[in-house]
Amino acid sequence: MTADHAIPAAGARAGGGPPESDTVIDVRDLRMRYRTQDVLRGVEFTARRGEVLVLLGPNGAGKTTTIEVLEGFRMRSAGDVAVLGTDPAHGDERWRARLGIVLQSWRDHGKWRVRELLEHLGAYYAPYSTDLVRRPWDTDELIAAVGLAEQAHKRVATLSGGQRRRLDVAVGIVGRPELLFLDEPTAGLDPEARNEFHGLVRGLADENTTVLMTTHDLAEAEKLADRILILAGGRIVGDGPAAELSRQASAEATVRWTRDGKPFEQATAEPTRFVRRLFEEHGDAISGLEVRRASLEDTYLTMVRELEAGHVTGEQAAHAFGEGTR
Amino acid sequence: MNNPVWYAARTGLRRGWTELKQTFTSGQDVFGYVLWTVLLIVPLFLVGDEALEGAGISAGAFMLPSMLGMTLAFTGMMTTAQLLATEREDGTLLRAKAVPHGMVGHLVGKVVMVSGTALVSMALPFAVGVFMVDGVAQRGGGALLTLVWVVPLGLLATLPAGAVIGSLVTSPRTIGLLMLPVMGLVVISGIYFPLTELPEWLQLVAQVFPVYWLGLGLRAALLPDVAVAAEIGESWRYLETVGVLGAWAVAGLLLAPPVLRRMARRESGAAMAERHRKAMQRVV
Repeated sequence: MTADHAIPAAGARAGGGPPESDTVIDVRDLRMRYRTQDVLRGVEFTARRGEVLVLLGPNGAGKTTTIEVLEGFRMRSAGDVAVLGTDPAHGDERWRARLGIVLQSWRDHGKWRVRELLEHLGAYYAPYSTDLVRRPWDTDELIAAVGLAEQAHKRVATLSGGQRRRLDVAVGIVGRPELLFLDEPTAGLDPEARNEFHGLVRGLADENTTVLMTTHDLAEAEKLADRILILAGGRIVGDGPAAELSRQASAEATVRWTRDGKPFEQATAEPTRFVRRLFEEHGDAISGLEVRRASLEDTYLTMVRELEAGHVTGEQAAHAFGEGTR
Repeated sequence: MNNPVWYAARTGLRRGWTELKQTFTSGQDVFGYVLWTVLLIVPLFLVGDEALEGAGISAGAFMLPSMLGMTLAFTGMMTTAQLLATEREDGTLLRAKAVPHGMVGHLVGKVVMVSGTALVSMALPFAVGVFMVDGVAQRGGGALLTLVWVVPLGLLATLPAGAVIGSLVTSPRTIGLLMLPVMGLVVISGIYFPLTELPEWLQLVAQVFPVYWLGLGLRAALLPDVAVAAEIGESWRYLETVGVLGAWAVAGLLLAPPVLRRMARRESGAAMAERHRKAMQRVV
């Protein structure tokens, strides 16, 4: 609903909904069970070409598991999953060449030089180059794009944490992926590096790369995401743009005002109606009016807390927050 | 479909070459090669030209080729295992898994890298040792031809086996523990003294493993004919050498692919993060 800057040529096909090829990720009733514990209990979502999806959720909610199932790194217990039209459990290397995976590096390839490593890893994608998508990304262009030009000939082991992270991203996109997975890509980045990273992701999305990332940084999620998915209790309990989520969660806005020199504050789910009533009652006596919409943080915490406190069972939550947007 | 596989294999050759250049330009690694050379040369110094009973050669001459054979077995098996276990822990393998046919490239690269490392680890002590003891490598080309099949067969017998070990252990530190039995094996494998000096049952144990046969193969190639007197049955036993090393090679090559595939399949970001966490706990 948001990322309608999709490719016009593909979108021009006849019929109502988006053409089949426009759906990059399609997850239905994904279940994951470790021994006796259900980690995922029916995760459902889709991603369309060029969309940036941010997957939020408490630690242990199954974000990494979900991503690893989609990457074909982990076998699911049940459910239907299609990534770029293929079941990841049976994805071949041709399919893999269209994916980009940004891993949290630790100390691998420490002896390699930045340019050397990108050149090498890029080489594996050369047989998958097409007229439409030239693979791999030109090494020097890529190095410039992630801002590592000065470190191009440095050994990987000598890079700072932020520089390593950029290298991870560069490795993830060296094959010009159609779909990019980022698991907590900005953990440990300083604000400047983070900001540059955001620019990079937006740039990729503008070129029709679909991005699925996880993060714990809600401001980042709000800034980057076309759509936010909230994973809690093994299900997607929220699915939509940040603003829509807060409406769905009926997270309360805060209204502050001053009357007769005294400050007041009121939390309300319907701030517009509340403010109108306020003026009807007190008119000119009201001053210093301030309405603070629920932030994504409020929404997120509301959803997760409700779920954890058991006010809403998983089913209801999925129904209330999820179904409406699909 | 086949084409990208070959392409990845060629990319892997370049990878191995790059890694070889890296290891020979990294101070820590070069120190390792020099240290290994010193460790092999010291016993040569100690025994000097002391004669080996009834074999017409010095004890030093017996030791030098034997130690080269041991180096080959050791590097082929333990270095492969060590690298694989380390690269699993640090995420190198996961990265390989994330690129198309990256595992093929990684494996080819590892074979090139370990083979090159093994050859250099043998060449250095040989180059020094050959000037310290008499009677080594003075036979004609025919005997040296033995090297041409013993060394590649030795790599085939040990590399896949090392890959299996490296896939099965849970962490690189387990390899460290494995070093103890390996040392024991070296002691009973006729490297520092002829196998015939050991009780018969120990001789049998030693002849199950490649270390003894590689020592024998290298001695066959580098020692004069009279030295055969120190061997079991007073023979270089070429057929048996091919048989045992060949059996290790076949077993390794049959076992390694499924074991490597199983290991690769289990590799995931979560598995790596877990190992990272455990490794860090150990550091703290």
